[in-house]
Amino acid sequence: MASSRFGTDRLRATVRSARFPLAAPTWPTSVPRPDPERRVGLDYDHEWSRRYPVRLARAVVMDNVTRPAARLLAPATVRGVEHLEHVERPVIFAANHASHIDTPLLLTTLPVEFRHRTVVAAASDYFFDRTWKSVLWSFALAAIPIERSRVNRRSADTAAELIEDGWNLVIFPEGGRSPDGWTQPFRGGAAYLARRTGRPVVPVYLHGTRHVLPKSAESGGPPPGGSGTESRRSGRLRRSPIAVLFGPPMRPDSDENAHRFSERVEAAVATLSREVHSDWWQARRSVSAVAPVAGAERAHRGPEGSPWRRAWALDEPPARRGDKEWPA
Amino acid sequence: MSRRPGFVLEVDRSTPPTLVWRGEGFGLETLPTGSRVIYAPEPVQPLEDPYAAIRHALLHPLGDRDPLPALLRPGMKLTVCFDDVSLPLPPMEAPDVRQMVIETVLDMAAEAGVDDVLLVAALALHRRMTEDELRHALGDRVYDAFAPNGLLTQHDAEDPDNLLFIGETAQGEEVEINKRAATSDLLVYVNINLVAMDGGHKSVATGLASYRSLRHHHNPHTMRHSKSFMDQPSSELHSSNWRMGRLIAESGVKVFQIETTLNNDTFPSGFGFLQKREWEWSVRDRAKYLATSATLGKTPPRLARQVLHSLRSPHALTSVQAGEVEAVHARTLEHVWAQQGVDVEGQTDILTMGLPYICPYNVNSIMNPILVACLGLGYFFNMYRGKPLVREGGVVVMWHPTRPEFHPGHHPSYIDFYEQVLPETVDPSRMHKEFEESFATDPWYVHLYRTGHAYHGVHPFYMWYWCAHALAHVGRVIVVGGDPRAVRRLGFSPASSLDDALEIASDVVGPSPTLTHVHNPPLFMSDVR
Repeated sequence: MASSRFGTDRLRATVRSARFPLAAPTWPTSVPRPDPERRVGLDYDHEWSRRYPVRLARAVVMDNVTRPAARLLAPATVRGVEHLEHVERPVIFAANHASHIDTPLLLTTLPVEFRHRTVVAAASDYFFDRTWKSVLWSFALAAIPIERSRVNRRSADTAAELIEDGWNLVIFPEGGRSPDGWTQPFRGGAAYLARRTGRPVVPVYLHGTRHVLPKSAESGGPPPGGSGTESRRSGRLRRSPIAVLFGPPMRPDSDENAHRFSERVEAAVATLSREVHSDWWQARRSVSAVAPVAGAERAHRGPEGSPWRRAWALDEPPARRGDKEWPA
Repeated sequence: MSRRPGFVLEVDRSTPPTLVWRGEGFGLETLPTGSRVIYAPEPVQPLEDPYAAIRHALLHPLGDRDPLPALLRPGMKLTVCFDDVSLPLPPMEAPDVRQMVIETVLDMAAEAGVDDVLLVAALALHRRMTEDELRHALGDRVYDAFAPNGLLTQHDAEDPDNLLFIGETAQGEEVEINKRAATSDLLVYVNINLVAMDGGHKSVATGLASYRSLRHHHNPHTMRHSKSFMDQPSSELHSSNWRMGRLIAESGVKVFQIETTLNNDTFPSGFGFLQKREWEWSVRDRAKYLATSATLGKTPPRLARQVLHSLRSPHALTSVQAGEVEAVHARTLEHVWAQQGVDVEGQTDILTMGLPYICPYNVNSIMNPILVACLGLGYFFNMYRGKPLVREGGVVVMWHPTRPEFHPGHHPSYIDFYEQVLPETVDPSRMHKEFEESFATDPWYVHLYRTGHAYHGVHPFYMWYWCAHALAHVGRVIVVGGDPRAVRRLGFSPASSLDDALEIASDVVGPSPTLTHVHNPPLFMSDVR
């Protein structure tokens, strides 16, 4: 043991004492250091992640590691998958976004013919800000960087080219995870791409994922300080059931612009969200033209009011709602 | 990212060791704190479509010249001359720029119906090129069309039947050049301007001249007064060539000069680290350095030489201009300086330089001790404008193994020069007076030059004269890692290490000298103020 320790120390000392060219060169004091040329963010070249050997490796990992792990961690109730059976690929999956775990959970619930031919639009400033993250997410999720803070022609061009090349696209039109669990207004990216490429949008509602991996304080939660009674569970994986609901594919009408179409996609996701707490029929009825439930189209955004009331309404179990309606 | 200019680094404690060539190998040297290291500018962006640029240059000539097609007609005598194997260094990846230019010229000649076309390698007193070298320079298409018909020739400076005496300049310099070239209706000269010394009137007045003509500027007096011969306005070598060139033009020889410049992308990617700044070496660069330096270090010099001489440079064309000689050359020099110029403030006490395995006169050959001196004191020392990098009375330190090895086929007279002349004197003036004539006219050397692949008998003298300015300027020359006997034979001091060299130099420049290191590759020109 002692000799092993001695050997390790010697190795460490040797490594530490290594000099150029064995070690990295030092930088002359008189030479200003240029900003490192970082090919990350939108500049990251992710083309490699769609080459056949990488796709094969990703499929092996996805089917043999990620999928079983997801099943174990977040047993999923999947509804509406029949909508995908006859749709002409590729499609654009537009889903609500509450947790980082959304992407792998959604990918693992996709039918196999979609699962391995799908890229994920991921925030360039978060998932592609470091080389190692860029490599990791490109490989693991076939992620591509997109600009979420503003419309970026390059991001849009890249996504459109991939769709035209036969790749399905997962996009979270909210532009980021929900801060409180309620859905945020949809941005027009998914609708724009659908109009540009002529491919259908499949609305997806992910329920319960924020319980599996809540948004952590470091990534945009409450600021430091507070009462000291804040949850310590944020940012940790927890086992919790989830639901994934696919809606019927949607295409923009000929006279419908991207903004209007985006609103329609958001409404479709809202309908799916109601389906979680009731059933398909109740959800459909709530937004029917004949007898709409007041505010149903925006119900997924939660009630107006203080944060605690929004949180209270969000976590209210379906059974306590008392507004269940039986089919007529 | 935009191209970075050359710059002068001041060595501090954070500066990593500096790459130094040592002949057929290289290593890292830690220079004293406070030393300066001069780094070349980064490569100029090459021309996107070289063939289109060449065609454009031929159709839009500079100076008092018509476009090339207007100068071509059926029944005319056209001679196309081109620079020999000494350029570029290392030989460039195919297609060589000479091939691209000559193919374009020949396309135009064929279109104009010119039948009498002869290609001439402008060797001066250099060795004749081999078939492989000619094929590489001209391409198979040109070689196969001309060589089998005897229409691809190499200038023979010892062939009295094919030399024409043009006349004498006002200074009494005799001008004698290739007869075929001189009697052609049009002489097209295809040049590669790797350094500022090349091109201009020197192309024809030197490349196609005889010993009778060359001796007027290839002598110790001229070379000592060329400060430097890389700076045409300050070069007596060039002044003489310009006088001769103007006389050639006045005699009615119509020269259509085509000059090209290359960027300084010198080594292929496997050796790319050689031309990078050491503190920017990536892990891959360091791994390549360790692998190649260790391998070359353990490889017999002969084999290492073969490996290194097989490298092809990724040099790329950065400009091409054609037309009247002086107008063309002025534009060419602008491009050369744009690629190679580095501003340097002040001179230094000690100038250090690592010498590589190659110089213009040992392509596919051996760098013998005379060429070592020529490369260091002739070329690298003279790569300046204004003032030499090293002060008068300073010290030059060079790294090279300087083995007393010679290529018997290429450099036969060098062997006798080394054995007979250098033991007697290292003074260029004395060897010029006492020994040059006998070597220049020795029938055996003449025979080897004309029928084999040997440099002319007088060539080692010229290489020594190339050092004349440096020898008169510096107080001492030290060779680190060189064969002590060979180094002493050259009149230099051997040293086993840089510390050793600095100790020896302290006798001349004192205990606290300033030191400037010339980092190569790639080549650069210092503009010393």
